[in-house]
Amino acid sequence: MDKNSYLKLASKREKTSPCLKNCLFAFLSGGAVCLLGQAMKDLYALLGAEEKTAYSLVAVTLVFAAGLCTGLGFYDKAARVCGAGLFVPITGFSNAVASPAIEARCEGAVTGVGSEIFKIAGPVIVYGNIASVIYGVIYYIYLCFAG
Amino acid sequence: MNYLYAFLSGGAICLLAQILVDKTKLTPAKILVLYVCTGVFLGACGVYAPFVRFAGAGATVPLTGFGYTLFSGVKEAVETQGLTGCLTGGLTASSAGISAAIIFAALWALLFKSRDKNI
Repeated sequence: MDKNSYLKLASKREKTSPCLKNCLFAFLSGGAVCLLGQAMKDLYALLGAEEKTAYSLVAVTLVFAAGLCTGLGFYDKAARVCGAGLFVPITGFSNAVASPAIEARCEGAVTGVGSEIFKIAGPVIVYGNIASVIYGVIYYIYLCFAG
Repeated sequence: MNYLYAFLSGGAICLLAQILVDKTKLTPAKILVLYVCTGVFLGACGVYAPFVRFAGAGATVPLTGFGYTLFSGVKEAVETQGLTGCLTGGLTASSAGISAAIIFAALWALLFKSRDKNI
């Protein structure tokens, strides 16, 4: 079988996910997580946190909650239904760190948990960092010329 | 009104990611990388800061907000420390989230056993 006919066959056999339904769930769940974040931010601001600190605390709280739900087994079940709605918010980042950490528990503390913890979330930090450093260099050069 | 904007913006960002999942062959991991870099880029273009003022947590909670945090950290650090700021700014600004993710994940790994994923 040549490559083209194989690709045709493969795409016929591919599971087609019901896009509209997925999108609706992603929209609602993603929106709900952000709504929760906004409520928390207002709460922290009410308690006297500065705007920036309040947003950091929201991230920390969501990371905590999502990790706990991952450990209890809720998060992966919910993520199967909600799709991008639960992996795009910071809760998904937390899930991506907590999930391999829990999986690797039986492989030991250093070569297991320690090395697997950033298996999925690592690329996000790596490329985010690279992008921000590139921006920083450009901005520095700009500042040099702009005065 | 803030809550409505947060809900709609956050939902829209996730909706866009879901469309990418369903209509392209991009895996979630690649989409997350794309989102963080987009956050840095939109921050650099000056688009994201007004968006944060408009949507609040709807802009900071999705992963593009993580990119924006990296960007704004680097920007501030370059202004105060010069070229060194390129290296220190990003992780300083995002340290709370990253450290929390590490510490809590280690804690969950101590407390929970992995379970069957195919339930």
